[in-house]
Amino acid sequence: MAIYDIKEAKPAPINNRGIIFWLRKNLFSDIKNSLLSVFCIYFLYLTVPPALDWLFFSATWSGSQEDIVNDGARWIFIIEKFDQFIYGFYPEALHWRPLFVAALTVAFIASVKLLKNIKLKIIIILLYPFVSIVFIHGGLFGLETVETNKWGGLMLTVIVAAVGIIASFPIGILLALGRQSDMPIVKTLCVGFIEFVRGVPLITILFMASVVLPLFFHDGIDFDKLLRALIGITLFQAAYIAEVVRGGLQAIPKGQYEASESLGLSYWQGMILIILPQALKISIPNLVGSFISLFKDTTLVLIIGLFDILAMVTLTNSDSNWLGYEVEGYVFVTFIYWVFCFSMSQYSKSVERRFNTELK
Amino acid sequence: MSNPPSAPTNSVSFFNNPKNRAIIFQVFALGLVVFLAYYFANNMFANIEARGIETGFSFLDQVAGFGISQTLVEYDDGSSTYSRVFLVGILNTLLVSGIAIFFTTILGLLIGIGRLSSNFLIAKLSMVYVETFRNIPILLQILFWYNVVLAALPSPRQSLSYFGEYFLNNRGFLMPKPILEDNSGYILAAFIIACIGVYFLARWAIKRHDDTGEEFPIFSVGGAIIILAPVLVYFIAGQPISSEVPELKGFNFKGGWVIIPELLALAFALSIYTATYIAEAVRAGIESVPKGQKEAANSLGLKEHVILRKVILPQALRVIIPPVINQYLNLVKNSSLATAIGYPEIVTLFSGTTLNQVGQAIEIILMTMAVYLLFSIVISLLLNWVNAKMEIKGR
Repeated sequence: MAIYDIKEAKPAPINNRGIIFWLRKNLFSDIKNSLLSVFCIYFLYLTVPPALDWLFFSATWSGSQEDIVNDGARWIFIIEKFDQFIYGFYPEALHWRPLFVAALTVAFIASVKLLKNIKLKIIIILLYPFVSIVFIHGGLFGLETVETNKWGGLMLTVIVAAVGIIASFPIGILLALGRQSDMPIVKTLCVGFIEFVRGVPLITILFMASVVLPLFFHDGIDFDKLLRALIGITLFQAAYIAEVVRGGLQAIPKGQYEASESLGLSYWQGMILIILPQALKISIPNLVGSFISLFKDTTLVLIIGLFDILAMVTLTNSDSNWLGYEVEGYVFVTFIYWVFCFSMSQYSKSVERRFNTELK
Repeated sequence: MSNPPSAPTNSVSFFNNPKNRAIIFQVFALGLVVFLAYYFANNMFANIEARGIETGFSFLDQVAGFGISQTLVEYDDGSSTYSRVFLVGILNTLLVSGIAIFFTTILGLLIGIGRLSSNFLIAKLSMVYVETFRNIPILLQILFWYNVVLAALPSPRQSLSYFGEYFLNNRGFLMPKPILEDNSGYILAAFIIACIGVYFLARWAIKRHDDTGEEFPIFSVGGAIIILAPVLVYFIAGQPISSEVPELKGFNFKGGWVIIPELLALAFALSIYTATYIAEAVRAGIESVPKGQKEAANSLGLKEHVILRKVILPQALRVIIPPVINQYLNLVKNSSLATAIGYPEIVTLFSGTTLNQVGQAIEIILMTMAVYLLFSIVISLLLNWVNAKMEIKGR
């Protein structure tokens, strides 16, 4: 009879756990990888410490211009000009109005998400743009009028982007439906518009809107510069939204169209109740992507003479007391754009991921 | 007794017939568009007349009379016409687009492959690159490079110099200009002949591979022929190309080739920005190849580089190329932002300076748009051709 001894369990091999193993696997698996890693570390050593030093450690965060001793970033410039970066030339006493609209927007989004009553929702959705415009522009209910040439900075950027997305959305959906339609004339008109707009750069459309559009109307009609830019941006964005929505429409199985027809729904009933809710839902990631492009493209309005946040960099630097602070200005504006765009792209990615798991 | 329910009739009323409805709706839509066009055109002509603006394209024959900082074709401030300005603008757009497409392809390819690297640092750095530069507006990047980085370069007297022949300063990048002498045409001829030769060699190699399965190193041999033939002819013809090195005279450089800072900033920003999109396309393409393909190739005993060239790339390229071509088109369209820094391309020269001088907004902006539409059509034709060529052939 054999006698069995209990043997001690062997420890796990040391070479597949711990930091050493991780380093060896991910950074130094062979000669080529090791060289690349060393090169990367050297590159990071060259760039990161000076950048951090400039941004934070040697930066001047408070005080006046006389207090600048280090050669890092002089953030006092941003602090001094902060209001201009955000509001442009909007009268200082009235800054509460855009702030109020910002708060209103948060409340608006929350109410649309939380409210169950669909009629109330529609009323809120229709009222919100009107109330916002009244508060920012004024002129009604005893609010002092602020002309659009005083609007600027981040406020203008957000207004242009928001109006662009809100106004272009219904037009884009109509264009997409027109493009998918069986009616040849409607289809040709929509395809023609979409392909024309997508074929030319936004800047030419903005030039068109700012120079040619006033010629199209009677002399009496005076177009606001901002309104012209908004019309151009809306038409531009509508063509892109149309293509995104078309992608969603094409992804809906044919059976859904047939089912809605066999239920006896009319074209619009079928579209609004059955097809579009599904098509728009699957297009959300691409719609957000298109919105990010629009947000980045709002910078182009500076070329036709509006003062968005990017234009503020040059403008604030023309103050004779504050010359030569372009770098800080550009870095600050870059940071703002980056935060906006990056968070939106993360949101779109998370939506995409959620849909993916639903399909699996 | 009640009547039996009447059978549904086929005769619906005229307005409920979908066919009639479609026709009525379309006539209505067309009528609306025609009416709007008529209304706008009417107002437009009235406005144009009231403001005393001329119409038509006769302005193209007038002398432009302004200077352009970079021209690829002959241009003279005093005698060249607006049509020549138009041509100069188109060529400058194509120049900056060509340069940027070249660099963005290389950069995008490297970053895209880098994101899939097994090396942790390379993958993360590539990701940081993509997430950083993709989320910053291209116009901001162009202005940053132009107003901050290039403006900080030293003046011509304190130029940064490389090898004593290349100089970088705030007036641009200067390099030696090749001067073609008498026999230099032979070099070009040699290059063309080498290209034709390599083309036939490649066809022969593919045919032999199809027939016998034998490989021929067409890339290295072909590359060697294309490079060596002109070099050989260069020495045989007695070195007919000399170079003109830029020299500092007074406050500025004379001679040599000058790349203006606007071109540098624009090409740089466009390359860096578009590379992020190309990198994502490359990554998506490589990830789209099923893992089993690589494992199957491995189990057949193929070597790493053969797997990459013969198994992964042919399948990945099918996915990579269409979005990349779209990005090229976006790059060409984005090059119009040059107008913010004054690089003399079509929008700056034509929708900017020419429009200010002539005032015929409609003709000028339509001509500018037509140029970009032409680019778009050419590129989408190219895309269709590529797609047809790449389509998996059903058997």
